Amino acid sequence: MNAEIRPVKTAAEIGLADLFASARDSLPGGRNAEAIRRDAFDRFAVQGLPHSRIEAWKYTDLRRLLRDAKPLVQRPDAPARSVGREAGAVFAGLALRRLVIVDGAFAPELSDLTGLDAGVAVRATAEALGADEMVLPLEMAGTDAVAALNTAFAADGVVITVAPGAVVERPIHLVFVTTGTAPAAMFTRSRLELGSGAALTLVETYEGPDQSDYQVNAALQVDVGNEARLDHLKITGEGAAALHIATFEASIGAGASYRDIGITTGGAVVRNQLFLRLTGEGAVANVYQASLLSGRQHADTTLVVDHAAVGSQSREVFKAVVDDEARAVFQGRITVQPGAQQTDARMMARALLLSDEAVANCKPELEIFADDVQCGHGTTTGALDEQLKFYLMARGIPEKQAEALLIQAFVGEVIDAVAHDELREALTQAMLDWLKERD
Amino acid sequence: MTALLEIRGLKAEIDDRQILNGLDLTVNKGEIHAIMGPNGAGKSTLSYVLSGKPGYEITAGEVFLNGEDLLAMDPDERAAKGLFLAFQYPLEIPGVATLTFLRTALNAQRKKRGEEELSSPDVLKRVRELAKQLSIDPDMLKRPLNVGFSGGEKKRNETLQMALLEPKLCVLDETDSGLDIDALRIVADGVNRLRAADRGMIVITHYQRLLDYIVPDVVHVLAAGRIVKTGGKELALELEATGYAQYQSEAA
Repeated sequence: MNAEIRPVKTAAEIGLADLFASARDSLPGGRNAEAIRRDAFDRFAVQGLPHSRIEAWKYTDLRRLLRDAKPLVQRPDAPARSVGREAGAVFAGLALRRLVIVDGAFAPELSDLTGLDAGVAVRATAEALGADEMVLPLEMAGTDAVAALNTAFAADGVVITVAPGAVVERPIHLVFVTTGTAPAAMFTRSRLELGSGAALTLVETYEGPDQSDYQVNAALQVDVGNEARLDHLKITGEGAAALHIATFEASIGAGASYRDIGITTGGAVVRNQLFLRLTGEGAVANVYQASLLSGRQHADTTLVVDHAAVGSQSREVFKAVVDDEARAVFQGRITVQPGAQQTDARMMARALLLSDEAVANCKPELEIFADDVQCGHGTTTGALDEQLKFYLMARGIPEKQAEALLIQAFVGEVIDAVAHDELREALTQAMLDWLKERD
Repeated sequence: MTALLEIRGLKAEIDDRQILNGLDLTVNKGEIHAIMGPNGAGKSTLSYVLSGKPGYEITAGEVFLNGEDLLAMDPDERAAKGLFLAFQYPLEIPGVATLTFLRTALNAQRKKRGEEELSSPDVLKRVRELAKQLSIDPDMLKRPLNVGFSGGEKKRNETLQMALLEPKLCVLDETDSGLDIDALRIVADGVNRLRAADRGMIVITHYQRLLDYIVPDVVHVLAAGRIVKTGGKELALELEATGYAQYQSEAA
């Protein structure tokens, strides 16, 4: 008799299967979408939640970190929606075009949809899915289990299109906010199509209550057309007990330029996975990520940059400031496809550990299948420089303030990469607030 | 009258090596004291111990600044009380703009002393004036602190900090090292402008050259961690002629 070896399913895996069985008929989308969701869930069910033996999840064992499946979030009621009005305060007063997503559902009445810039169109993901006009699979993420879960469950979000040649002056701010104190799971899917020669600044912020251990699984797909320019800024500032998993995919066309700035300060467990593909000649991608962690936070940034065209260029900078017993993870892989000659790619990961128990895991990888390329990577981990601290203190600056200045200087490279002046100033202020909380 | 600085029987060690070995020194307001001595005598250690650099263990002695126990204070408190150390090797701090640093330091000190903090434009105005006196390019103020500055620029920047912070006691640690003659003159002029009846200075140097420009009232010879001889400014010239050999053997 052959005994079949089958891993024991965790409570969360069983819970997710029950959830899918009960929700699949009510999720938005036509027949096409329904089939794709089933496929995606099957793909998840076969492998289960990712764990540390899966290389891409080496330092973030979701089997251990995701204890249970939360019920799918209810459609937000009126009080919930009013919370949405106050969300995204970090950029209040900046006149960004706000598109608000409350508890995973796009809230048009809270969003600024009047006088859209020429060439810009916005609609809810649920609507696009209903019309079977939305691409559901997350292709670059491959067989990744959490991306498959997003495809299976994604209920709403926003779809933005920018017509070729449209240069959008006013940045668009996707305000994601969780309102309820009852534990819930939400799966959002958003998409941005930037036509050739178009330009846009897109901001994403995530927030929610500290008291609730809610779960967010968000995905954003971006298509940056030839010669287009996209500046993308994401702030992961979830509530203190939240789990935040996000999958980001970008396809970057010939001569296009993509700039990604990510700052993680919130959430108990955070995984930001970014998949970038430079598909056209001379495409440029610059990625700047920073994590500012304390308490027992765990934040994982995993980045795959795929150079698939001649003469493409990328820069990846990752900075982690880790206090208390927190852990920062950075995995960065640069792939150069055969034929992607004259690729120029450089990656740097630096971690600053502020306590003896703080941990940083850095894993840079290069995978090069072309022979005429320039690629490099480096990583450093260290504590605050005591000599520099003494120099500042000798000028009268108190210890905590001296440390804050040095931390600010360390993260500065990421903040300074924000091209939009007002956004950069607001971010600097947000970082100072984070530093104040250390006192 | 209370002395500006009073050091009594100071002994200090680092990594179990005794560097200061019962040092006594009194500096009154309005005086400039030069401390000269051979390499390894403890000159830099004295400056670090006075400013509170971590890593030094004080095993004996007392230090009073205007009658207050200096050794009980953290480095930032000492600065707010009016102690300033001009570093022999000023540090580079990438990511911190020079002007931000100056403003932060000045206002931190003022706050600690219960004085009103100055607005950014007020600080900028003061800094600009001082920069001009010290031939410092205003563009340098926007650059990260000391990053990519030449040796001379770093020392001028130290002098600017000292002028801005208006300390009671200035300790200049080998300010002449790494300076060509023109830079030396600019820095010395900057220091001389700070001479005042209510301010004292300790000028630590290996060579007599600096003392042609910053003329001291008192000259001390430091050897093996103690003051072994004290005299007037002519002592510096004498040392230039005879060297430190006699004091090294005396101390040993």
